[in-house]
Amino acid sequence: MREVMTGNYASAYGAKLARAEVIAAYPITPQTSIVEKLADFVATGELKAQFIPVESEHSAMAACIAAQTAGARTYTATSSHGLALMHEVLTWASGARLPIVMTNVSRAMAPPWSVWVDHMDSIAQRDTGWLQFYCQSNQEVLDTIIMAYKVCESSGVMLPAMVVMDAFILSHTSEPVDIPDQALVDSFLPPYSPDLKIEVGKPMGFGSLVKPDQYMEFRYKAMLGMKASRDRFLRVEQEFKNIFGREHGGLLERYQCDDADVVLVAAGSVAATAKDVVDSMRAKGHRVGLARIRSFRPFPHDEVRALAGKVEGIAVLDRSYTFGAAGAMFTETKASAYSVQKRPVMKNYIAGLGGRDITPRILEKIFEDIQVVSKRGAEDEVEWVDVAGLPRRWR
Amino acid sequence: MGKPTIPETEFTFPGSTGCPGCGANLVMRYLLKGLGERTILSIPACCWAVMPGYWPSTCLKVPLLYTAFEATGAAMSGLRAALDVKGIKDVTVVGFAGDGGTVDIGLQAMSGAAERRTDGIYVMYDNEAYMNTGIQRSGSTPWGAWTTTTPVGSTHGFKHEAKKDIMAIMQAHRIPYAATVSVAHPEDFIKKVAKAKEVKGFRFIHAMSPCPPGWRMNPMHVVEVARLAVDTHAFPLYEIESGKVRITRKGKGAPVSEYLRFQGRFSHLTDVEIAAIQKAIDENWQMLLAKEASGT
Repeated sequence: MREVMTGNYASAYGAKLARAEVIAAYPITPQTSIVEKLADFVATGELKAQFIPVESEHSAMAACIAAQTAGARTYTATSSHGLALMHEVLTWASGARLPIVMTNVSRAMAPPWSVWVDHMDSIAQRDTGWLQFYCQSNQEVLDTIIMAYKVCESSGVMLPAMVVMDAFILSHTSEPVDIPDQALVDSFLPPYSPDLKIEVGKPMGFGSLVKPDQYMEFRYKAMLGMKASRDRFLRVEQEFKNIFGREHGGLLERYQCDDADVVLVAAGSVAATAKDVVDSMRAKGHRVGLARIRSFRPFPHDEVRALAGKVEGIAVLDRSYTFGAAGAMFTETKASAYSVQKRPVMKNYIAGLGGRDITPRILEKIFEDIQVVSKRGAEDEVEWVDVAGLPRRWR
Repeated sequence: MGKPTIPETEFTFPGSTGCPGCGANLVMRYLLKGLGERTILSIPACCWAVMPGYWPSTCLKVPLLYTAFEATGAAMSGLRAALDVKGIKDVTVVGFAGDGGTVDIGLQAMSGAAERRTDGIYVMYDNEAYMNTGIQRSGSTPWGAWTTTTPVGSTHGFKHEAKKDIMAIMQAHRIPYAATVSVAHPEDFIKKVAKAKEVKGFRFIHAMSPCPPGWRMNPMHVVEVARLAVDTHAFPLYEIESGKVRITRKGKGAPVSEYLRFQGRFSHLTDVEIAAIQKAIDENWQMLLAKEASGT
């Protein structure tokens, strides 16, 4: 059934179709309509779940952790400062190997206050052991939530996942979205039944103290889980495609990359704009392409390496900045590209922070710039785009 | 001799890594005797996060979920929601936290769980400071006490702020049952726990938990000190059932100096300072009596 809906509603439908059993959430702009919709689903009985209206995001994640430990499939959603407040318990969820799925509506961090999109909130959580999927459309948000449960709940993975969508650009913008048939989703995603859960009659400690001679083995196993999630994700998406007839491009979606001289690497909703720009530039004879980082964790090292071996220049657009280094998408893309024989010229463009529009014109100029620097090398490896007072004009 | 009223079944086993004479060991022991085997515990950072022993061992006969320091209330809500959604009804969900994890860092999550009427029992074992980290003051440390962060020195000296009244805070949440318990009165302790078990909603147990290293006292005096806390009205035993206060042991009203003299943490106090503590205790006791008399 196709309906016109916002990214937030697509997210709520994703959690409903996945039959989340416990939902604990705290309101934050612009995530609120996700939990409002889920509260409605639970109130009307459309979704048989327990809804816990917690008093903070920290408690939202802590409640999900406890419920998931007791064998329930859980879901929550947050954004920005809410995600930052959760930080401590994000590491708890992954360390406890709990396949919790959460939507993060990516929003800039304060100060200064901003309710608009950038990726600093989720990028800052990259080392917490969560899978991270960045979405380009509302349909992808819904589909990725369902897929994420299946990826994360497989015994070789058992890690939590964050489905990231851009504030307002997706969260509050309506698009046609196909709501898959519940019976088909049920056939794709069986009920959650972990090997181990907390229950009476089994006196075990979950999360006990370990000594230095045991701790690293726990971390090593979590690393193996993250590593396994790569192939698991690709297989799950193939299975999803077989049942639902659509896919979203694997870990690194490549658009017009096969014969490209230069490519733009980006994540999130800006990729949709970039595809239009690729089309218009190709119409004028420029061999450009787009590679969309859909999965930031696990990072698509192999895909990036294969791409880097074929192109002369890679422009990486980061909608966040890691102070003291560069954009995180850039440093990771560069690290993956390092081992190819003939390395392309790479340059980082910091753009769209705090919800600033990244227009087709700006993307075109980034393509034009990488075309030039791919021939002669980049003078400045990191450039801030469309910032008042800087010499280059982007508009 | 009358028939023993304390259940013989043990749910704590040898192997606890608690200090000699640890009051919190007794709190756990009596609590589980009152609750029985169909109990799931959630424990944040505190002495009892260490005391069950290193992975993969546990000295408890009930399952245990470790949680973040400030998250006990939220963990209770999560456990209860999962049990409810699975249709599991006859399990008692228990949050078991220290005083710092309750009156300080965990106050918000506990308040949230109480307001949501989460069906579970929250137990605060009160050793009146951050003992697991090495005796730092908490909001539950009483006026006059030495701790490592309220050092006795020439300029400031000891703790100059009163202990938070957590029972009043919980009463203000309009929870159906709250009670204070002491390891010196195990029959009363277990009776109250058994009573709490039968109540629906959020219940609160405040357990006095003497700490020999933190209170600077001989482990052999733990139960004696716990008894003196009750007898001197420094820690009165009472319960609040549907908002109504009932004092369960009136005690002798012995001078507080008897309670303080066993504890090195109060050894610096002058007679004037001890008199000030006595005055505060007397006022609190009169307030409690007035609450009982007025039925609030």
